[in-house]
Formats: sequence, C-alpha cells, structure tokens
Amino acid sequence: MSDSSPVRTATFTYRLRRFFGSLAPHLVLAGYSVFALFPIFMILINSFKTRKAIFGAPFELPNAQTFSLIGYETVTKRANFAQYFINSTIVTIGALLLILLIGAMAAYALSEYRFPGNALLGLYLSIGIMIPIRLGTVGILRLMVGLNLVNTLAGLILVYIAQGLPLTIFILSQFMRQVPRELKDAARIDGASEYRIFMLVLPLVRPALGAIGIFTMIPIWNDLWFPLIISPSAKTATITLGVQQFLGQFVSDWNAVLSSLTLAMVPILIFYIVFSGQMIRSITAGAIK
Amino acid sequence: MSQAIRRKKVFPWHIVVFLAPAVIIYSVFMVFPLLNSLRLSFFGFTPDNKEFFVGFQNYVKLFTDSTYAPRFWGALKNNFVFFAIHMLVQNPIGLLLAALLAGGGRGRNFYRTILFMPTVLSVVIIGFIWQLILNPLWGVTEGLMKMVGLGSLFKPWLGLPESALIAVSLISVWQFVGIPMILFYAALIGIPEELIEAATVDGASRWHSFWHIKFPLILPTVGIVAILTFVGNFNAFDLIYTMKGANAGPEFSTDIMGTLFYRTFFGQQLQLGNPAMGATVAAMMFLIILTGVLIYMFLWQRRVTTYEL
Amino acid sequence: MRKYSIFALLLVVVMLLAACAPAATPAPAEEATQPPAAAEPTKAPEQPAQPAEEKVTLTIESWRNDDLTIWQDTIIPAFEAKHPNIHVVFAPTAPAEYNGVLNTKLEGGTAGDLITCRPFDASLKLFEKGYLAPLNDLPGMENFGDVAKSAWITDDGKTVFCVPMASVIHGFFYNKEAFDKLGLKPPETKAEFKAVLDAIKADGTYIPLGMGTADMWEAATMGFQNIGPNNWKGEEGRLALIKGTAKYTDEPYVKTWRELAAWRDYLPPGFEAVKYPDAQSLFTLGKAAIYPTGSWEIALFEQQATFEMGVFKPPVENKGDQCYISDHTDIALGMNAATKHPEEAKTFLSWVASKEFAELYSNALPGFFSLSNEPVTLKDPLAQEFVSWRGQCKSTIRNSYQILSRGEPNLENELWRVSAAVINGTMTPEQAAKEIQDGLDKWYKPK
Repeated sequence: MSDSSPVRTATFTYRLRRFFGSLAPHLVLAGYSVFALFPIFMILINSFKTRKAIFGAPFELPNAQTFSLIGYETVTKRANFAQYFINSTIVTIGALLLILLIGAMAAYALSEYRFPGNALLGLYLSIGIMIPIRLGTVGILRLMVGLNLVNTLAGLILVYIAQGLPLTIFILSQFMRQVPRELKDAARIDGASEYRIFMLVLPLVRPALGAIGIFTMIPIWNDLWFPLIISPSAKTATITLGVQQFLGQFVSDWNAVLSSLTLAMVPILIFYIVFSGQMIRSITAGAIK
Repeated sequence: MSQAIRRKKVFPWHIVVFLAPAVIIYSVFMVFPLLNSLRLSFFGFTPDNKEFFVGFQNYVKLFTDSTYAPRFWGALKNNFVFFAIHMLVQNPIGLLLAALLAGGGRGRNFYRTILFMPTVLSVVIIGFIWQLILNPLWGVTEGLMKMVGLGSLFKPWLGLPESALIAVSLISVWQFVGIPMILFYAALIGIPEELIEAATVDGASRWHSFWHIKFPLILPTVGIVAILTFVGNFNAFDLIYTMKGANAGPEFSTDIMGTLFYRTFFGQQLQLGNPAMGATVAAMMFLIILTGVLIYMFLWQRRVTTYEL
Repeated sequence: MRKYSIFALLLVVVMLLAACAPAATPAPAEEATQPPAAAEPTKAPEQPAQPAEEKVTLTIESWRNDDLTIWQDTIIPAFEAKHPNIHVVFAPTAPAEYNGVLNTKLEGGTAGDLITCRPFDASLKLFEKGYLAPLNDLPGMENFGDVAKSAWITDDGKTVFCVPMASVIHGFFYNKEAFDKLGLKPPETKAEFKAVLDAIKADGTYIPLGMGTADMWEAATMGFQNIGPNNWKGEEGRLALIKGTAKYTDEPYVKTWRELAAWRDYLPPGFEAVKYPDAQSLFTLGKAAIYPTGSWEIALFEQQATFEMGVFKPPVENKGDQCYISDHTDIALGMNAATKHPEEAKTFLSWVASKEFAELYSNALPGFFSLSNEPVTLKDPLAQEFVSWRGQCKSTIRNSYQILSRGEPNLENELWRVSAAVINGTMTPEQAAKEIQDGLDKWYKPK
C-alpha cells in the first residue's frame, strides 16, 4: 500500500517519457525532412510559373495567373530526353550490377582467404579512390579509341565499373569480415565448393549490398565528365549531359533552367523511390535473423 | 579449421577466379591510365609537347614557387576545414538520424526515403538549387529570415571570402548526409536484438543503451564513415566547381585540392593546362589520402575488434 | 536461388542492350559525334537507316553553346545547300569545360574536324603543339586584314592558323524607359556617368548598375577592360605594357581600378554572390537601369527585355576627349591537324571566310562583328550603334590577351581575381596593381 504512490509516479514519468520518446524522434525527422525537401520543392513549384512570378512571389504555388509551361516548352522542343533517359538507365544498371557482382567476388576473396599479398592487394584496389579520376582521362580516352569503344555505352560502363570497384570492395570486405566463420566452416565440412560458400555469404551482406548499390548508382547517373569525353554523340548521351547542355544554353532563361532541373531531378527521384523499396527490404531482411 | 581444409588443395584457383575480373578491369581502365598520368609529375614539356625527365623539380616548385606554393597550402588548409565541417556536422547528424530511424516507429521508411533524397541528386542540380535559394536577388532565404525577424542577418554568404567555404561545405553536408545515415542505419539494425533486449530489461535508458551498447558495436562503421568522409572530401571537386568555378573564388577562399588540380591540369579560359604540375598536385592528393587510409587500416582497424554477427 | 536467376537475367539483358548500342552506330566513331542537344527526335532514327554514301560529316568544336540554334537553323543549312555532300554538326561544350574537354579530345584523337579558336596565346599554343593546321594558302584568307589576323598568327607573322570570325565591342546597355522616367541622358563624361548613377540611386526605383562579382570575369572583362582603354589610351597603353615601357602600377591602370571600386555603391545588394546570369536577368526584368557589358548580349537582351534599350560607350574624362573602345578579336575557326577530311574542312573554312558567311553570321548573331574586309550591312539597330563607335573612337583589344597571358601566374585569371576583389572592397586598387605587376615580372621579360 505504502509504495503505491511511487509506483504511480513512476508510471506517469514513464508515460511522459514514452510520449516524448516517441514524439521527439518524429519532430526531428519531420523537421529534417522539410529541410531536405524544401529546396527541391522550390524548384518544382517555380518551374511552373511565369518569369515575373518566379522573381515576384517565389514562395507561392502557381495559380491561374502565374501558371506557365513556357519553360517546359523551351526545353522539350529540342532535346531528346527519352533517349537520354534510356541511355542513362542502361549505363547505370549495367555498371551497377557488374560492380556488385565483381566487387563482391573480390571483396569475398580479400576478406575470406589469407594469402601472401592480401593486404597489399587490398591497398592496390583502393588506389582508385585516392587519385582524382580525371587525371587519367587522356589515357582512358586513348584506350577507348584503341578498343573502338568511343561513343558506345559499353565504353562508359567499363569506366564506371573500374571507377566503382574500389569503394565497393572497400566497404563490402569490411562487412564480409563480420560474417560468422562457423557458418562457412560448416559448409566446407559438408563439402561445399568455395563458389557455393560465396553464394551462401552473399545474402548475409545484403544490407551492405543495398546501401552500396544506391550510392554507387548515384555518381554514375550524375556523372558529366565521362559522357562528355567518351560518348558525347546524340545517340549515346546521358540525361545529365543533356541537361547540362540546356543549362549552358538557357542559363539566363529562368523558366528553362527550372524546368530542365525538374526534368533532370524527377527521373532519378522516381528511380530512387522505386529502388529504395527494394533497398529497405534488403536492409531489413539483414536485420531479421 | 578452414586453414587446414585449404592446405590440402594444390593451388587456390578459386581465389584467382574471385579476384581476376575486378583486378583486370580495374587495372586496365583505372590504375594504368592514372599511374601513367601520375608519372608526368616527374616530367617537363618542351614547347612542341615532348616530355623530358626533371626529377623532383615539380614538387619543389609546388612547395616553394610563389605562384604555386600559396595556392597549394591554401587549398590544403581549406580542404581540412572542408573535412572538419563534414566530420563535425555531417556525420553526427547522420548518426542522429540513423539512430532515430533505427529506433523504429511509424513512418520510418517514409522518412528514410525522404532524408536520402538530396544525396540522389546531381551536384549540377544541387549547386544550382542552393545558389538560387541563397541568391540575394531572388531573396528566398532573405524572405524566410525576415519572416522570423532575422532579415538583417542575411548576407550573400556564397560571395564573401570569410563565409563562402563554410557555406559550400554546409551545402555539401546537406547533400551527402544520407551516406553516413544509411551506413549507420545498416549497422544499427544489424545489431542482434538479444543484446539490446538484455540491456533494456536491465532498465537502461535509451540514451544509455545507445552510447554504451549500440555505439561500441557500430564502432567499425564509425571508422568506415570517417575514412570515407576523409577520402571523399580530399577528392571532392564537383560541387565547388559547379558553384564557384575552377577559380574557386572569391580570392581562392573555396579552393580545395580538387579544384586546384583541375585548374592546373586542364587550365581554363586563357590559362593553358599544365599536365606536369597538375599531375604533381594529383600525386600530393594521392599521398595525403593514402596516409589517411594507411592510418585507418593499420591503426584504427587493428585496434577496433570487429564483432561478428 | 531464384533471386540470383533474376539478377543474372537482368545482367544479360543489360549487356545485350549495351552491346547493341555500338552495333547500331554504323559510322566511324568520330563521325558520329554530335552534341546531345543537336538531336532532333525526328531525325535521329533516320541516320542508321541511310548508310553514309560518300557524305562527309564535319564536326565543329565550340564553347558557344548559346549559339547552337543559330548554327543549326541558319548557318549550317546555308552551307549544306551549296555543298550537299558535306554534313556539318555544331557540337558545343559549356564554356567552363571547353578547354579541358578539347585538350583531352585532341590528345586522345577524337576531337572534331573544326575547332573554334580563342584569341592569341591559347590557340597559338595549340598550333605549336601541332593540333591546329596552318591555313596560309586557304582561299578566302585574303579577305582579312592584318589586325583581324593578328590574334591567330605566329609571332613572326608568317603562319595563320584560324579563320577570324568576329570581334565584340564593350560598352554599357541602359534601360531607356528608366532613363526617360528619371529625365536622364546617356552620359558622355565620367562626371556625367557618376551624376547619372547618383540620380538613379537617389530615386531608388532601379538598381543603378546591374553587375555582380561572383563569377569574377565580369569585373575584369566588363569592368576593367571596358572602361580602362580611355585611361591607358587604347593600343598605346597596351603595346607599352608588352614593350615594358608601362607597368600595371602606373597611374592609368590604378586609376581604372579606383573607378571600378567606386562602382560598389551602385551595384545590387549582395553583389558578391550575384552571378552573370543573375545580373542579366536583373537588367532584362527592368530592375537595373545600366548594365556594363559588350555587344555579345544584343541577341539575348532583345529577346528577353520588354522595354526599349540603348547603349552608350565608356565615358571619357572631358567632353571632346579622344575616346577608345575595346573592339576585341574574340572568335575564329581552325582546322584540326588530324582531321580525316582536310579537303572538306577547308571547303567549310573558305566559306567561313566568305562575304556570305560574314553577312549571315553578323546578322544572325548581332553583336558579333565580322572581321572580314568585305563590307557587311547590319540590320540590328543596337549592333549598328556599337559598330558606329569604330568611326568615332580608336579601337584596341583587351590588354591581357596578347603575349602577356603566356606565363604563370596567368595574367588574365589574375585580373579576374583582383578586379573582383577591388570591387568587393577586399583589396585596394594599389594592392591589385602591385599583385598584377609582380606576377607579370615573375616570368615576363620585355624584349
């Protein structure tokens, strides 16, 4: 009896703490979400306004008076955005899948086997993230000329694989070291081949694969330099290159700038939203054991 | 155990099979072109484009010449500021967001999707967006600040030598905060439930359980994030180039190693590219980043024992 | 395992697609080069269907991406009508990337057949490296005088390597509506200029001068090189710098920076972060009354501004003083020494040297004045106004371009930096002069 009041207080503070404990994260997350989205939102709404309204009332949503599609008309008149989008998609997905496969194989070998020169090879495989990649541009271009890969998407994919491997191997081998040894040894005793064991390990590092997939994909999709050097032709241009050309041409035409920014943002955002579902699943799948 | 099994085999062909594709593509399309260009840092060029060996002269020039030395040391200093801002702002925010996301609750996937969005966009877009938003003429930021009564504090931050670097760094933080967030998140949700449950039953507060149970368990990821930030920051280029151009103005206040390299190697406007000095700058970037990676590999990684799932 | 089969399937599909892409391109790599923006959706699919029958494609490398539509719609069709066996593609790169991309492509051997030349030292270096072909015996070269050719000729004056295309003239645009409303007249002297600026500022409706310093080059090009020639007496001062008889620390140059520093009070708020396109918008939206710049803006401004515009030349000290204008040889076209189609490229270059091109170009791009000796009739009134100054004033070019930008530190880049800093108020005119002269002294020994 006598201890009922402290208990009540305890449940009260517990409830209070629980209330704030669940509300505070929401506030922080929602607040930061607004901060993350605000600039994107500003571009989006202003791309549908007249030039005067962009300057005069930047915060307002487009209304009957200020609504205008002039920017989109300017932009879509000349550019073949559909083709660029397909090119970007092929290059990005192609490079990404191969990076993950090849990178995971190498990362597995580095983290699993002890062989002479292991550490050195690991270091060698990370040189790529330590030197500005543009330094090698002339060499890469000459190589592409020699292989007759100029103005092809395959040439771009090869460069992006080479460019994406260091980071992928670097991060993946860290995660692969964390896979329990007993599991692999058990499989070995059962007589599984090393390749089979690799296939067993792969699902265990899915969260890492998902995360790496997303952030290897982004620089590839957004790269401007190599499309400009290796594949500038109309048939092989990527969407980032196409948008850049528009930004250059219409730099003082705010309507066109905002519309082409929107056209560049929207595909990758849709892409991301679609794939992030996949990514979430893979990450949470890793958590449920 | 596995050692014993492997020793029976004659030659570990599977290791070769696992490594070959990566090593070949990477060597041919990356390492060879890069090292072949890096070699230029020991060479000079005659007017008709013939190479000749000069030893360490280019390095001496980079450190002592009155044209190059101030730019090099300036860029190096700015780069450390750039890195420090990322470490002090980007990574703690990333950890906070990851912890809140991993804490569960409704809307977690929604937030996670939104929070990563800036990271998805190209620097061309990010650069443009933020210049528009901070643009003194468009007045979006000034307008917002006036609404909360801070209008007088508005300044053209991107154009002032004392604030431009900080402004650019924070924009970069805004864009890339998703990366540490995702890495921390993946690590946090990878922690076995039993460990957390055991601690919660003991009556440990969330705060306490985070710092004393979860954080030590994700220390390897903290290390990965730190070294990735270091590598990324010292190889950074695009955002500053997009927003401030290769001249990294005003007064070189936003000049980092990446912009210095680009300006020197490729030249711009009337300034012609100087491949030899450009390669020298790149070699210095390589040495700096390599030092960081070696410290990580041999000091941090050895100390922090990796836990197994 | 099912997951992996999906993975593998995707991989195969993508690789097939990637492998097909090159196969669908019948033409050799260089010939297929086109700027992405040049792709007209309707045209693109036709090309693979028609295998090139003796038809040669020439690609032009350029930094003038602003002019893409004019080349596509006006200039190239005019040429192709006369030469049906030659197809020309204008493939511009954004100005900021032009140097890096062009040099890389030249070294890698994938650059276009025709190369747009920047004036003086930058192109000379390309010629010395063997990337540009000599064009002495090109038919049509006789249409250009020595001044026109001076920007694209070897130091000994013997070899020309680019066909001069155009020069640009510096000056000030003003909003006529705003001037009428405030009862102002375009200023002729420096005192009048200041009075006009003060009057606009006092009225408060307009920003007196629409310019920013964020991109830095405006401060040097549209500021320093615009108003300076009146102080250093045009060619006289420019050549004296090259001869070494004048220095940037001399009064005419320091004075120019002092005048620039005085602009600060009339610039838009936050001008330190105002970029070139912002300033353009500011003027064409009617928010700024005066805009310091050059003739190259005519086309864009006429398209965007909703009010009547006028131009005035850089003000002189006293009424009736000899005036000097910057009439800068800015752009030319050269031939890639490694082109596979030298004959066709020369045919095109000869056409660029012709009167027809001069007329076409000067009128399609008002504000870019042909350097040809052939008289060209200009239709645009603002362009006429600019070009009329040639009769009243002595012409000169930007003083950092010839010979003085060959060394390190690069004079032109340094001028950008210090001129911006002087306007920002982070550097005094005297400091700026000293830094520029010290940098030049470091490597330049006048002969």
